Parts: sequence; structure tokens; C-alpha cells
Amino acid sequence: MELQHVNVKLLLKNGDEELDLEPLVPVFHSWIQSQGWDELLLDVADYRHVFAGPGVILIGHEANYSVDNTGNRPGVRYNRKAALEGSNQDRLRQATVAALRACRRFESDPRLNSKFLFNGHEIEISINDRLLAPNNPETREAIQPDLAALLQELFAGGEYSLSYENSPRNLFSVSVKTSDTFTIEELLQNISS
Amino acid sequence: MKVSNPLWKERLEGKMPEALARELDIFEAEISLKKMGKLEDRLFAETRLRRGAYGQRYDNGERHDGTKVQQMAYARRELTKGPNTLWDAPGMQRIKIPGGGLHAAQLETLADLAEEYSDGIAHITTRQDVQLHYVHIEDTPSVMRRLAAVNITTREACGNSVRNVTACPYAGVCEDEAFDVTPYSRALSKFLLGHPDTQEFGRKFKPSFSGCSQHACALANLHDLGLVAATRVENGEEKRGFAVYVGGGLGAVPYQAKLFDPFVPPEELLPLAQAISRVFARLGEKKNRSRARLKFLVQDLGIEKFRELVLEERKILEPDSRWTEYIREAEQQFTEEPLKPAGKLEPQTGSENFQRWLKTNIRPQRQKGYVVATVTLPIGDITARQLRALADVVRRFTKETVRTTVEQNFAIRWVSKSDLPELHQALDAVGLGAPGAGSIVDVVACPGTDTCKLGISSSRGLAGELRNRLIEKSYQLDEAVKDLHIKISGCFNSCGQHHVADLGFYGVSRKMSGYAVPHFQVVLGGEWAHNAGSYGLPVVAVPSKNIPEVVNRLTDRYVAGRQNGESFKDFIKRIGKAEVKKLLEDLTRPPEDQRDRSFFRDWGDPREYTLGDMGVGECAGEVISSTDFELAAAERLLFESQVAFENAEIERAGKAAYQSMLRAARALVRAELPLVSDDPDQIVSEFRKRFYDTQRFFDTYAGGKFAQYLFAAHEKASMAYTADSVRLLIDEAGLFIEASHNFSSRAEVPAAV
Repeated sequence: MELQHVNVKLLLKNGDEELDLEPLVPVFHSWIQSQGWDELLLDVADYRHVFAGPGVILIGHEANYSVDNTGNRPGVRYNRKAALEGSNQDRLRQATVAALRACRRFESDPRLNSKFLFNGHEIEISINDRLLAPNNPETREAIQPDLAALLQELFAGGEYSLSYENSPRNLFSVSVKTSDTFTIEELLQNISS
Repeated sequence: MKVSNPLWKERLEGKMPEALARELDIFEAEISLKKMGKLEDRLFAETRLRRGAYGQRYDNGERHDGTKVQQMAYARRELTKGPNTLWDAPGMQRIKIPGGGLHAAQLETLADLAEEYSDGIAHITTRQDVQLHYVHIEDTPSVMRRLAAVNITTREACGNSVRNVTACPYAGVCEDEAFDVTPYSRALSKFLLGHPDTQEFGRKFKPSFSGCSQHACALANLHDLGLVAATRVENGEEKRGFAVYVGGGLGAVPYQAKLFDPFVPPEELLPLAQAISRVFARLGEKKNRSRARLKFLVQDLGIEKFRELVLEERKILEPDSRWTEYIREAEQQFTEEPLKPAGKLEPQTGSENFQRWLKTNIRPQRQKGYVVATVTLPIGDITARQLRALADVVRRFTKETVRTTVEQNFAIRWVSKSDLPELHQALDAVGLGAPGAGSIVDVVACPGTDTCKLGISSSRGLAGELRNRLIEKSYQLDEAVKDLHIKISGCFNSCGQHHVADLGFYGVSRKMSGYAVPHFQVVLGGEWAHNAGSYGLPVVAVPSKNIPEVVNRLTDRYVAGRQNGESFKDFIKRIGKAEVKKLLEDLTRPPEDQRDRSFFRDWGDPREYTLGDMGVGECAGEVISSTDFELAAAERLLFESQVAFENAEIERAGKAAYQSMLRAARALVRAELPLVSDDPDQIVSEFRKRFYDTQRFFDTYAGGKFAQYLFAAHEKASMAYTADSVRLLIDEAGLFIEASHNFSSRAEVPAAV
């Protein structure tokens, strides 16, 4: 099974409170202005007006970045659109690192006033392609070794629990919760060491 | 872009209609040929457009980032999918939904596509289509195959073709319709799709079906072909038929459709549409896109001559068994039944929110015990998850069907009244239970500068802002105001249908204090009812940031000054445009304190509006060029023309409109030829030589259209004006002046101070 179009969402602190996404709009525009990312950034799509929706999206050529509010669970999402070479594990890893780096930018940008902080213990990973990765037990089984290897590295052997999206209509998706809390820097360090 | 693209064909083998599957194979092959450089740009552009794969803003690979125009660094910049359109730039996929009819499985497919190929959002348009944005051209065959597997085609969703056949979303359940138009709209849609006689149009062709003449639901008057159900008694028997209207259309200059025939029986519907198509294909303008819609042909020929030509064409059509077959099939096959038995709703049931929803979002059906529930979507947007939830709802409460509406909402029909509390609960749980359908908070907007290449101002940004403000105070709004319609277009092309709103707005730009400032033209006096019974006229252009105050003042004034329950349209007519302009005058000016730069930005967009125009210089703040003065004078003349028109002084209105165009043209000419005289011939001749022949005045997308308005007005200046011709001239003069402002803003005119 080839896993492409990996999505990684890092859940935010205070996610049960109403989060004002407005400050993201000028910040995203400024990031397009500076183009200081590895990927080509194109545009900003603002969907604050829809309920539990994709929030504000920084549209890119290779990937979209957003503070996504799907399921009323705000999080920094990396949505890989372009195909990637390498193994499944490489692709899971690439998306995870990209999401962590994006989150680091959100956390450190003074204009965002520390409003968008990783909650330290919840990550959602999904595959945005129903044909490559239908949401069924076979996909779950196929992804398991690569996922386990990634999470082992990411959490430096720490404990975690998995909970899978059940509805076959939805994308293959797994929520990962750790018992310890981690900072973005710690996770980046773990995954790049 | 999707790795799974090559796999969908095999996966869906046998699940797609055979002919459609073949068409999609061909389209995919054309994409490959284009990538190999074996297809010419223009040809490929029309090919993809006819499959609904449209361009999107910035697809020329350039974007103004707030400080400069940025070249977007796509790796394959040499590869294009049309003239000046980069291959890798994301595009918009339009999906035709005939009559707006969808079933649960189709909703689920749309959800999957929005999630996998777009940005998680499906957008409902003012013509009952669905649009997905940010779609890569190489993904479109997969998108289309997945749609084909649930019997949806995107064929002819764009391009010079028969667009989505729209129909009243209440057809079959409406209390006062003549009869259910659904089967006839389906038959016409099927018949015209890909028909050889519809392949040679110079422009698009939009049909629409309405079940009655009094409501707005299908807007027959603003369509190329508007069909309004009618019945008549012949030999004691009630017969069905259609009042046929032709040549309506909005766009830059709106035209009311003309009555072609008050009663056409169903068996004549398809051959008549075919004959109209043939006349349009044969005689419609082909080279000049700006005059290529059917409305211009009908206008130029006159309805009598057009009718004569169509009827001649009808006589020589080869008989086609599908004319009656499709109608019969559709009549027999289309049935709609409720899932649940008819019910009752106890009055005062449920929460306050539920009661408010009942008041605005529920419409009685002619079938006792059933209602239509409207799902209000903010600016037509719905998420993938909401689409799936909607699929669940329609499975639970109806026989799995739902329809899109021209107000960018969904209508759930055949809901048993006793199910309403549960239905609302289910919708509310996923954010689809908001009240306010069809009211002032249900603001309609086209995509505008968010994603449309033609957008001038942010229609969605303004719509969102107005919506938020109006929702906030919706409980305090006077009853008279609650049912007003607000419609916003990002430019003069009217995709937001601003002409038929009580309060219409369309995007324009103006130069103020040396800066380009996003504005909206305020359009008042339109009528939504009676199938878009009349069109509003522009009153004044106001900076975007002042539009909420425009809405406040106009609605407050209406509440205070309304007489005997008069409509907003009648109120505006009574107080007159001069009074309205006076009321809004101060809002047209820039703020005295210009340190607050937000005034120079558009709603929802922090970039300074077209900073490229800063060449005039920050110090130029208080310096007004004579070009600006003269353009302002042209606007005054145009306003005089509108007021005269309102007072039925047709000749005076026509002359003033013409003079306003001359004044604007003279403003531009004078900047290069200071001694230009007031002689109209000299002004027009110099304008033509300097700005038209050189194409300097040309709009990126409209070409020389606006200049041609001036030439036509000049040619006809000695002829007598009629009410119809002046109505059009006023619109054309407005557009010419807008184009002159734009040209001046592009700093192409030396600043003659």
C-alpha cells in the first residue's frame, strides 16, 4: 500500500474555547510575501464563517497549511497535496516534520500572541486519498508498522494510545494521544535526531 | 497531483454511463496531449472549459502580495493550460446540478471530492451549481469520473455552451405553481447537453424553468431562455404549457427577457429550444465576445424578427423522436414521494432558536402536512462533513433528495411537519440549523476577489461582514427590513445578481488621495419577485469600508419613511435617487485621518489594495488631477441622466448619459492633448486613435468592450431615444466611466494637474 497525501494535525491548547482565527489572515499573507518556506505558498482562503470547518488556510502548491477546526477541534494542519518519493515511513515523517515546523512558526510569531499553542499530547494523522487508503481494517493493518516506527521515534519511546476513525465514509484517520506532554521543540528534536 | 489518478478509471469501470466514460477518456487524453505540447492553448482552454474546469485568480502566475507583484515560482512555468494560464496554478471545477436536484449519494461524493481535491469546501452558486476551488488540472479527470459514477456530468458547465438548466427548487411542492416543471427541465437538460446545434455558440446560453410568474425562485427574466409554467383550457380540458421568454441576462448591461410566446405546449418545448439554438449559433456574434450573448441578438433583431427567424427554423427541423420521447420519459419517470406520513406541528414547540428557524426557513407545501425546510449556508459554503451530515438528514427524513437554490442554500422537501423538531436538531448539530433563509442576513455573493480572475472588490469579504453585523442585530431589526435582499458581485459581471436585489452592490475601484481604494457601486431599485421583475440602477460608488454604513442608513431611512407598507423598491422610487445620493454623499469621501490604512484595504484582505498604483506618490494626497475632476463631472452627468430617467424624461436622460461618456473620454484625451475641443467628433476620434486602436484602454478580460459603448452611443447620438435604449445607455455609460477610472488608476494617463 502506497501512502501519499498525508495529513498531520497538531491539536491546540484550549481547544474547547472559541478561538479567534482572524489574526491568522495577515500573518498568512505576510508569509506568502516572504516566501521563506521550503514550499511554494500561493493564497489565503478564509472559511471562518463555516461551522467546524477548515478555518483559515494558507494555500500552497505542494501542501496547504491551516488552523483547522474540523470536528470543532482546532489544530495546526499540514495537508500534503503533491506526491512524494520514498517509503511510506518517509512520507509520514515528512508530513509530521512539516506540521511541527509550521506549528513552531505559529507559536513563535509575535503577531499571534501565543494564541496558537500545541496542546502537547494530541496528534491526528490521516491519509487524504480514499482510493490509496480506504478507511478499513486492511489499511489500519498496513500502516501499523510505519506508524509505530514514526511514533516510537517522535515520542522517544514514550507511551501513547491510538484511536481510529470508525466511519468508512471518512478518511483513514488515527488520533494519537500521549500520556506525557511534549513541546514542539522536543518533538522536532526527537524526530530529527 | 493525486497519486491515485491513474487508478480511478479502472476502479469505476462499468459504474459510469458508457458515453460519459468515453468522453472522460478523451478529455484525459487531451490533457496528456497538452502536456506534450501537441494542443494549442486556446483550443485546450475551450476544451477544459466545456468540462467545467475553469481558471482561478492568479493563474497567470502573478500575485500582488501587498507590496509588489510576485512571480509565483512554479517549477513548470513554461507549461500552460490556456493563454496566459499556468498549468500548475489551481483552478475552479464547476459541477452542473440540473434543477439543483441532488440525492444523498451525490452529496457524499461531493463531500469526498471537496476534501480530497479542493480545500474542504463546496460552494453553491447562484445558478444552482456546485464549485470546488483550488483544483489541479491533472486531478480533474478523477473528479469527473467520480461524479460520473453518481450520474453527474460537468460537461458544458463553462464555455460557450448550454449551461446548467436551472429550475425552481420548490417545483412540485409549491402552493401556487401552475404545475411541476421538474420533468420538463430534466428533458430539456438531457436534450441540449452535447447537442450538435448547441456547439457553435459565440457565448454561453442559460435556460431556466419557473413554476409561476409571481415568485423569484427561478429568475426566468434574467435568462437567455426563461420558461414559465402556464395552463390553459382547451375544449374543456386543462393543458400544460410554457410562457417562453428569450434574451434576458445580467452581465455588465442587464436585459429583461422578452416574451417569445405566451404558451408553448410541452411537445413543442424541445424543438423550439433547438430552433432558438440554431438561430443563436448562426446569427449570434462570434468575434466580439462582449456582444455575443443571445440578449444582444434579440435586441438587435427585435423580438418580432427573432421570432420569425426561429419559427422558420422550427419548420425546417428534421423531426426528432426525442422531442416527445424525452418529455414522456421524464413525465413518467419523475415521481417524488414522502418517506414519512404527513404530520402536524404543535404550535410553540421547541426552543426560541427553533421558533426563529420555523419562521424563516420553513415553507408550506401544497401537500398538506409537509413542508420545505431551507438549509441556510453562509455565502453558499458547506464543508465536507456538513455535506455528509446533510446526506444523513435527507436519508432520515425524506426519500434522500435535496435541491440547491439560487440563493446559495439547500431546500429539503417533503419533510413531515411532525419531524421538524428532530430535523432542526439534526441540522443544528452540524451548524446547518441557522435561521434567516431568504432574509436580509442571507447575503448572496459571488466569489469575487477571493478566487475569481475578474473580481475587483471582495464580495465575499463584504458579504461576511454584513452578515455578521446583521445577525448580531437581527432581533432588533424592524420587520420591514428583515425580508430585504442583499446581493453582492465582485465586479460588473453580476454573478452575485446585484441587479435584482433590494440592496445590490458590485465591485469597482477608485483613486483617492493617490491610492486605489476598493469601492462598491450601490445599486437600488431591483426586484427579486416576479422572476426578477425589474433591474436596479447604480446610484453612487462608495468605498468598501463604508458599505455597512450605507446599509444602516438606507434601512433606517426606509423604516422611518416607509408609507402604507410600500416595498423598498417603491420607497426608493418615491424618494428619488437624488435624495439617496444626498443621504450617502459623505460616505463617498476618504477619511480625513488617513493614518488608518484599513480604509485602503478590502474586507478580509490585509493587503493594501493594488499598491502598484502608489506610483502617484504618497505626497500626492491633496493634489487632484484635472482627469479626476473631469471623471467626477462625468459621474455627475450620469447621475443627472439617472434622475431624468427616473422622472420619465427619456430624451434628457439619453442625452445626459451620452454626454457623461463624452466627458469621461475627454478627461483621458485631455491628459495627452490639453487643447482638445468639446467637439464630440474630435473627442471620439482622438479617443479611438489614442486608446482604442492602441488597445491601451482594453480591459484584460473585456477587451475593447467599454470603448465600443462610447462609439455606439456616439453613432446613435442623433437618433431618438426610447426608454429601453436609455436604460441600456445608462448602464453602458456607467461601465465606460468605470473603465475610464480604472485606466486612469493604472497611471496610463499623465497626471494633468
